[in-house]
Amino acid sequence: MVDDLIPAPAAGGRAASAPLLGRDTEPTLFELSEPGRSSWQLRTTGVPEIPLDELVPERHRRRLPLDLAEVSERDLVGHFTRLSHRQFSVDLGAYPLGSCTMKYNPKICDAVAALPGLADVHPAAPANCVQGWLELLVELEAALCEITGMTAATVQPAAGAAGELTGLLLMRAWHGARGDTRHKVVIPDSAHGTNPASVTLAGFDVVTVPSDGRGCVDVEALHAVLDEDVAGIMLTNPNTLGLFEEDIRAIADAVHGVGGLLYYDGANLNAILGIVRPGDMGFDIVHLNLHKTFATPHGGGGPGAGPVAVSERLAPFLPGPRPIRVGDASSPRYGWSTPERSIGRLHSWHGNALVLARALTYVLVHGSDGLRDVARLAVLNANWLRKRLSRSFDAPYDRPCMHECVLSASSLKRATGVKALDVAKRLLEEGFHAPTVYFPLIVDEALMIEPTETESLQTLEALAGALERIVADAATPEGALAATEAPHLTPVRRVDEARAARHLVPTFDARTS
Amino acid sequence: MSGYTPHTEADITSMLGFLGLSSLDDLFAVVPAALRLAGGLDLPGGLPEPDVFARMQDLAAANRPCGRDLVCFAGAGAYDHEVPPVTRALASRSEFVTSYTPYQPEVAQGVLQAVFEFQTLVTRLSGLAVSNASLYDGAASLVEAVNLAYGATGRQDVWVSHGVNPTWREVLATFAAGTGHRIHDVPLTDGITDWAATAFNDTDDPGAVVVSYPNYLGCLEDLAQARALCDRTGALLVVAFDPVCAGILRSPGEWGADVVVGEGQALGMPLSFGGPYLGLFACTMDHVRRLPGRLVGETVDAEGRRAYVTTLRAREQDIRREKATSNVCTNQTLMAVTAAVQLGWLGTSGMAEVALRSARGARYCRDGLLTVPGVEPLTTGPVVREFALRLPLDSAMVVERLADEGFLAGVALDPSYAQGRPDGLLVAVTERRTRAEIDAFVSTFEKAVR
Repeated sequence: MVDDLIPAPAAGGRAASAPLLGRDTEPTLFELSEPGRSSWQLRTTGVPEIPLDELVPERHRRRLPLDLAEVSERDLVGHFTRLSHRQFSVDLGAYPLGSCTMKYNPKICDAVAALPGLADVHPAAPANCVQGWLELLVELEAALCEITGMTAATVQPAAGAAGELTGLLLMRAWHGARGDTRHKVVIPDSAHGTNPASVTLAGFDVVTVPSDGRGCVDVEALHAVLDEDVAGIMLTNPNTLGLFEEDIRAIADAVHGVGGLLYYDGANLNAILGIVRPGDMGFDIVHLNLHKTFATPHGGGGPGAGPVAVSERLAPFLPGPRPIRVGDASSPRYGWSTPERSIGRLHSWHGNALVLARALTYVLVHGSDGLRDVARLAVLNANWLRKRLSRSFDAPYDRPCMHECVLSASSLKRATGVKALDVAKRLLEEGFHAPTVYFPLIVDEALMIEPTETESLQTLEALAGALERIVADAATPEGALAATEAPHLTPVRRVDEARAARHLVPTFDARTS
Repeated sequence: MSGYTPHTEADITSMLGFLGLSSLDDLFAVVPAALRLAGGLDLPGGLPEPDVFARMQDLAAANRPCGRDLVCFAGAGAYDHEVPPVTRALASRSEFVTSYTPYQPEVAQGVLQAVFEFQTLVTRLSGLAVSNASLYDGAASLVEAVNLAYGATGRQDVWVSHGVNPTWREVLATFAAGTGHRIHDVPLTDGITDWAATAFNDTDDPGAVVVSYPNYLGCLEDLAQARALCDRTGALLVVAFDPVCAGILRSPGEWGADVVVGEGQALGMPLSFGGPYLGLFACTMDHVRRLPGRLVGETVDAEGRRAYVTTLRAREQDIRREKATSNVCTNQTLMAVTAAVQLGWLGTSGMAEVALRSARGARYCRDGLLTVPGVEPLTTGPVVREFALRLPLDSAMVVERLADEGFLAGVALDPSYAQGRPDGLLVAVTERRTRAEIDAFVSTFEKAVR
């Protein structure tokens, strides 16, 4: 009998994952330092060598000698190269970290960001010296508006959380301009932690609405909390369970009905590119995570970019200065303009510009059809994994998902003592990055898996096979023990997080003091 | 299908078959039909990479980057310091570039250790005990510092020197609309904060006193006076420092700062049209549990070997949610790694040398420009890398004229820095400017203001 949960292996190809090498600890830069060594070489300038004491008064001069590190260039390169060998990355292998959209980052985007005509431009140069940059930003804003179904955008926010706060300040300004002071913002219990944190910083109170048995916003419960003190609601759609909020129109009508606004958290936009747009669902404000959906590299935790797009009625409140097109279409010129009721500036300059250039490159390469295919294949990959793995793990919401699926190790833990965390650690030594674990908070022993569209069927099979092996091995006491002690084959073994917090050592100098 | 997705038609058919579906559209059956985009996105079709690259080259060609054809004398928070090939090479290693936040420390020791080294370097530069793993930019760090001070003191009045970068102060005002902090602008007299000015005295005791060192006009503030003010009022002293000038200046920690913020772009990042840059944030150990954003700490692994991990996580938004110390999640880790490489390259002697050479260049350039008829100093005290002038003409116009002659002459000052007039100019000189460039700049400047 054919088991429909284990398809026949795909022909050809090879899984794109390999374990990390090397298990020796790397000394710090400070331990490599030897007095008298140096790497730096500076330009010969011919500027008169005025002594320091003629330049800076004594009371302003450094008293304690500055001690950084003294290493040769060769040692510097060796050090950081060895560190890089102790680091997993998308370029090395599959990174199915739910909610993070760790897709392949096309190299052309790096090449664009390195163009001197983009990278070496001073942000305060006069507008006539930065026409290319202004055009780039105007074009990106227009593309993001089309993708989200919005009217106008700002590219200043440097990351998703900054975009959230921007959107909430826009919400506050919009109500304020109507003489309406509102205090509450509604958030589902499945929301990312940045949502409630941003709500607090925007001066609102968080009202949490529960999810229903299907994993979506409980519409009845929502009605119960909606009143004229609600400034708006923040939603992620598909939500953090990877499920599409089918009742979104009813939710939008209900929130708009009490005079509130809808905020779209774009963390999961990858699932719906070119399929359905937040604007058409009824959202008023959208932030995008360009470092997720538009493949700009995450850089080990940043930089990101979190542009915010809004509907027409919110456009006058956008941050300024904004890049704008002036003059006629035949000979366009570009400049800056601050909207009349702008909430103000959000960034020292114009946002994470080189990230924005990468994102526009990604949009142009994909185009309309390519972006739609991104969503289709991301959703295909996630559903394939969900179905394949639903025999090995609990599926708390067992229905088709979008770009990611949330499974649970609850039964596994009960039967074997092996927790979601152990599954994650075991997977690391199989050569894959772990899924997101223990999020969303409403799922016990959650494993949140987002394969993205750039992983092949062979890689998905290898990932599923590894997870199935972990579950099978856990059935024996030795196997379960091995899982709870995993990983064994990574650059370091399981890291003692409790000790790090208890005996805080935040710098090299704190080791000895 | 783009070249980035590996699916063959056969793969798609087999995967759909496994799911019991007949088409990719079936994957979206759950999306109400009325909402679905009927005609697709109104965007052009995808283009091959070489075509897109040519298009982006066209856009780049419509800019005037700093370099031989536009010699940079502009600063105001973005500086043309040396970025050597070794920094570019190491910071562009794909292991650092294409990894995520180090949620699984066992496979993220590379980023974690580099950030730990970055944190150590920032504490040594700033003179405070703890640094976080970075924030978005200098302005974001300032906003977080004021929030920290509110958390520590419960006070919402903030005294901010007018000598703090004006765009940072704008950002602070934007976010104050949400937090309700009351921001009071303390004026400058001869380029130095006048804490005794009566113009801002309609205020309660502050939670934070914010001052920049050196300040926006390049002047060296009296931090002892600012510290005394904090001691008297119970406010935290927040110093916006410059990490390069810190190579020769007394550190904010030595002056008694409680929190130090800064823009780290000068530590190895190109000008980049303003981003991605690097928000620096350090504080005393007293405030470590209020620190915004990520913090890497040293610990051990199961075999007792040294290891690194993000720590004191209970401060952060994904755990504490609406009670978190900050909403920051994604930061500027790659820029922090870049800064660690750059500081490793500069080392103890190079850091001091860059600061000293910048100060020499600034002195030489300032002396030269002050020989130009009609050009006056806007401040009289010592300056380090940057200085403010008053021109006989509208300074924005002078900047445009000099750009035509191959010089980015500086940044036109907001009239609030020049007694309400539009003739103030802020000029920066780094260690990369040669005597020949400065001499040519001065002689061209003279023609431009005639």
